[in-house]
Amino acid sequence: MKLKELVEKLDLEVKSASGNLETEVTGGYVSDLLSDVMANCKKGDIWVTLQIHPNIAAVGTLKELAGIIINNSREPEEETLKKAEGEALPILISKLPAFELVGRMYELGISGLR
Amino acid sequence: MLKEFKADLHIHTCLSPCGDLKMSPKAIVEEAEKKGLDIIGVCDHNSAENIKVAIKVASGTKVNILAGMEVTSAEEAHLVALFDGPEQALELQDIVYANLLPGENDESIFGYQVVVNELDEVEDLNKRLLIGATTLTLDKSVEIIHSLGGLAIASHIDKESFSIIGQLGVIPEGLELDALEISPHMNREEAKTKFSQYSDYPLISSSDAHFLEDIGKKSTVFLLKEAKIGEIRKAFGNVEGRRILS
Repeated sequence: MKLKELVEKLDLEVKSASGNLETEVTGGYVSDLLSDVMANCKKGDIWVTLQIHPNIAAVGTLKELAGIIINNSREPEEETLKKAEGEALPILISKLPAFELVGRMYELGISGLR
Repeated sequence: MLKEFKADLHIHTCLSPCGDLKMSPKAIVEEAEKKGLDIIGVCDHNSAENIKVAIKVASGTKVNILAGMEVTSAEEAHLVALFDGPEQALELQDIVYANLLPGENDESIFGYQVVVNELDEVEDLNKRLLIGATTLTLDKSVEIIHSLGGLAIASHIDKESFSIIGQLGVIPEGLELDALEISPHMNREEAKTKFSQYSDYPLISSSDAHFLEDIGKKSTVFLLKEAKIGEIRKAFGNVEGRRILS
């Protein structure tokens, strides 16, 4: 599924790299520990987190993620968005809590296993 | 005249919810003397209410107290703040309390938060949620600590939980930390290899003691003129002969 479809179906707010939503989402990962994301996230994943620190943009770029969804309507720091924009990495905001958000993505066919 | 100072710059008291109730300032100072420590940093989670008593009971002993606090940042990373005197630590405490997540400590879950006097008598039970995080970002926390004249040291960077590297993957560029702390689980040589990309930061070892027997389990030996923050800052920068010996 393309990131664009996720944005539409889950009513996500696009905060950066709005021109880069054609990426194929090939899996998903949830974690608020960036060291864990660096170890376990895979290329093409959509990553769900509450972290808003600029390092999420660095990790997302490093792991070549499809995008990052920040749940619970948390606003990323300004610097985070600046970095993400520079790396063409989409950062999206969901109003939903992580459990609900992930459940809905799973129903849409996105899996945490490869 | 420079001298060697054996320092354990990260010790909790019974004020920390996870700190053993036997960790009264008096017992800590006695244990530090026994272990041959010249400097100890008294650092409770998001509070400094036992600092003045620690300084009082240490006067007349060979143990020098640095007034500290272990701040939990908004990213849930721990940061050790160290100051020369209680005034600055208490000023930091005011800011931390104003930015601490609301809620009351549940002692049956998190443990007692005991404020004691110099005779080991309970003066008060702190009811704040000291185990929680503040809404202060790491950047902001470091800025505040520096503005109060203190040192900002990343806690136990080798640990997964509540360390900057655990929470944020890497140490953010431009974060003006004075040093990085290694927990007793890792020795300096291992740390130098594992964290070679951070070789610009000075490395220290501290016990992060929550129990009396752990005090001094790991320590850092400094060459300093006196047990002051300014001297340790010089040692971090290898200035005027001040340095970390081991």
